Amino acid sequence: MKYQDELVIQVNDLTKRFDDVLAVDTVNFDVSRGEFFGFLGPNGAGKTTTINMLTGLARPDSGTILIGGIDCTKKPRTAQHLIGVVPDESNLYPELTGFENLSFCAALYGIGKCQREERSRHLLKTFDLVKAADRKFGGYSKGMKRKLTIAAGIIHEPEILFLDEPTTGIDVASARQLRQLIADLHGNGTTIFLTTHYIEEAERLCDRIAFIVSGHIVAIDSVTNLIQPVQAKHVVLFSFANTVGDYAALLNETYPGLDFTLPGPGKMRVESDESIRVGPLVRYLEDLGLEVQEARRVQPSLEDIFVRITGIEAESMRKETEKAGGRK
Amino acid sequence: MKAWIAFWNILVKDMKTYYLKPPNISWGLMFPLAWTSMFFIRSGSGLDAIPTILPGVVAVSILFGTTSMLSVAVTFEKKQRSFERLLLAPIQLEMLMLAKTSGAILFGTANAFVPVIMAAFLFDLSGISWISWIVFISATFLIAVTSTFLGLFIAVAVKEVFEAQTFSNFFRFPMMFLCGLFFPIEKLPILIKPFSYILPLTYGVDILQGTLNGSQIMPLTLDFLMLGIFCFGLFYLSLRNIRIRWIA
Repeated sequence: MKYQDELVIQVNDLTKRFDDVLAVDTVNFDVSRGEFFGFLGPNGAGKTTTINMLTGLARPDSGTILIGGIDCTKKPRTAQHLIGVVPDESNLYPELTGFENLSFCAALYGIGKCQREERSRHLLKTFDLVKAADRKFGGYSKGMKRKLTIAAGIIHEPEILFLDEPTTGIDVASARQLRQLIADLHGNGTTIFLTTHYIEEAERLCDRIAFIVSGHIVAIDSVTNLIQPVQAKHVVLFSFANTVGDYAALLNETYPGLDFTLPGPGKMRVESDESIRVGPLVRYLEDLGLEVQEARRVQPSLEDIFVRITGIEAESMRKETEKAGGRK
Repeated sequence: MKAWIAFWNILVKDMKTYYLKPPNISWGLMFPLAWTSMFFIRSGSGLDAIPTILPGVVAVSILFGTTSMLSVAVTFEKKQRSFERLLLAPIQLEMLMLAKTSGAILFGTANAFVPVIMAAFLFDLSGISWISWIVFISATFLIAVTSTFLGLFIAVAVKEVFEAQTFSNFFRFPMMFLCGLFFPIEKLPILIKPFSYILPLTYGVDILQGTLNGSQIMPLTLDFLMLGIFCFGLFYLSLRNIRIRWIA
């Protein structure tokens, strides 16, 4: 997709420290109008701190942030007219109904009564929440809460939407529906800044992605360019019924053209620039006493790049965040 | 105009969500009634003591109605992160916090008139001039503003709802005894007396005493000036703390 050259988010040398912890360290990036920009990293990487600084909820120690050309550090209220924010927690008012919540959020942006009621009704319909419109937000399911929180974030039709972990903590069907709604918003021209730890979600939705680890951006590029180095690779994933011993060194020596790694107990990953002949490999592994359950060819993905660049296993990152966020 | 739409809607939401809930309305009625009854029984002085007791009951009704409700409401919203919605809205922080405190100010002012209405049924208040009533209403409003801003100051200083309650009491109970509500300041021990003059309620109660029973000890202009200074001071400190602690 081709975007207008106009940069709507410009971040230069952004730094934030909490006591002894350097949460965000000299971060630089730009986002163009209409772009879908992903910000990926494990828990504590600095994603939410960055989003808080971009939205005016936190002050940077140093660096500049321009939102739509407005210096966010000097005029945060002016910049806030241009943005919508969906925080990582569904933080609407539990004692208000869905309709009242949306109408109230619209009023915070100075929208008149008729217009805010019309927009609230429209969004409730778009987000499939018409039946729950008069129910109190506190009684909504997690998925419904997320949907209404996103609706509240766009009630004033912002140019830029910040989404902080929008699908964390909700069931698969709701997450799927939300992704579609977010993609539709982007399709309508909204610039989207997404932070997530779901790499496949970012790969599916984003045009460009930044990987952030320990407050540093370690890679930033379009999804196509990021995946390119691994696209020509051939990968086979093995699953075993028994525990795999420390065979990686032996296997790498026996098959010099292949790269063997052990991503988890009972699992083995084989990577090569050439096509991998699975049959002889299975027989060799069985001769070593390993009970092969499955050998599966996989297409290298953004996850492989993430692991390669950051050294962090995506699975462990996901589990860590799910443990904290309570995702089913 | 746009900011006023936000202001009005924050005020209406807070009134509906917090202040006009049945438990609060009953609190607003029961609390002054209980205090009035307690002092009648304790003093055994009969209905003639109403003008002497009324200023204290009015002040304590405002103090408890405003500080509790506001500090709890703000701490609760901060805790469940819905307060972030307000901080993300394109409204100046001063305007936002005035909207957030207006509900408590109105609730506190309305609370003040509950004991006055009760007293009117028991005692002839017609001897109080209309000028005194204007001064009384102005003082009541300023006491409500000061107490509300004290509640805001408390809300910004704490993290948990229970801390807001206990920290409120740290200010409220000394004020009940040191600000001339029920015990004249002149009769306080000499070492304690200076504390009375650093508490805002002293000046508010002094005005109320003057209007209802003529026992004012300080000039009216000084009382209003001091209340005004406390209003601005507490509001300024609260905003400063919000900027330091919540938008850090």
